[in-house]
Amino acid sequence: MAAEGQAPSAGEYIVHHLQHLQNHKQTAVVDFSVVNLDSMFWAITIGVIGCWLLWRAARSATSGVPGRFQAAVEILVEIVDTQAKGIVHNAASRKLVAPLALTVFVWIFLMNAMDLLPVDLLPAIWHVAGPAIGAKDYMRVVPTADLSVTMGLSLSVLLVCLAYNVKIKGVGGWAHELVSAPFGTSKNPIAALILGVVNLAMQLIEFVAKTVSHGMRLFGNMYAGELIFMLIALLGGAFTLSASGFALALLHVVAGSAWAIFHILIITLQAFVFMMLTLVYIGQAHDSH
Amino acid sequence: MEVISFVALAAGLIIGLGALGACIGIGVMGSKYLEAAARQPELMGELQTKMFLLAGLIDAAFIIGTGIALWFATANPFIAQIANLPK
Repeated sequence: MAAEGQAPSAGEYIVHHLQHLQNHKQTAVVDFSVVNLDSMFWAITIGVIGCWLLWRAARSATSGVPGRFQAAVEILVEIVDTQAKGIVHNAASRKLVAPLALTVFVWIFLMNAMDLLPVDLLPAIWHVAGPAIGAKDYMRVVPTADLSVTMGLSLSVLLVCLAYNVKIKGVGGWAHELVSAPFGTSKNPIAALILGVVNLAMQLIEFVAKTVSHGMRLFGNMYAGELIFMLIALLGGAFTLSASGFALALLHVVAGSAWAIFHILIITLQAFVFMMLTLVYIGQAHDSH
Repeated sequence: MEVISFVALAAGLIIGLGALGACIGIGVMGSKYLEAAARQPELMGELQTKMFLLAGLIDAAFIIGTGIALWFATANPFIAQIANLPK
């Protein structure tokens, strides 16, 4: 490949494909002025498509014999509703939480499903279209393979949890829980103070760990999946008119199919895990210790 | 050269040790699931959902490790640092 001069090396190919289309280059590890335009665009587009699909199903729903599409959406709603009933034991909260979980599931599933498109399809289109409208030639199409998107999602879940903590337990009740759980409190004022500090520290660690692992899990799975698709694409890129070249191209087809089939499981599973943990965390906000 | 070989070793260790842990975890959970399903077949559906949820959780750390190791292996970020080292 390197002999052609024009074609990028394997490392260059991967690095180029891992670069976001940004408003300006990221210099620090945390820089809130950087906007990943590609992730934003695809996340919002896919969110609108997901909402439109569900809206269409709800609009054309009949009480008679449902069509295939309506039956599929009904099954989906029922799955999420059963899980919500099992985890959040508060009928008033479920009016908001169950639709939230459904939205999270559908949105993340569709964003993950962008991974199943051929890895070079949209970047190749952007390779022609992007520079033509004066943009840089970078495009990443899987929004959930962007840490900013997944951490944004998990932070939103954290905010919902905090809101429910205050709503269900009241400010005083929640503040009491923050200093008295998980180790309890004591009648002795000095022991109560020490326990309070330890309890508060444990609670804060729990909130941070929950949120970080929630976002990192989804990101890690999708990022690794995307990277493996790129490596498989490199096998096909090594195609030449020789025995080993043919073998590599054949391996590309076999490995690509196998990984894509396995990835159908992963994208569904990760969307489901994210939805379930959203419900579990919100459910925890309803339980008093 | 030394950096490249160390990174290759590190990538192997990350994937290998991660796979070890994840496989043991999945194996233990799968065997317990089958045991529980054999004892109480009526709970199978309920347990299956929970098993898949846990499979996602167990696999996560391994897959994150694999992603990082593959990143190191293909687009080695440490080579750029060597170029910047004072000679």
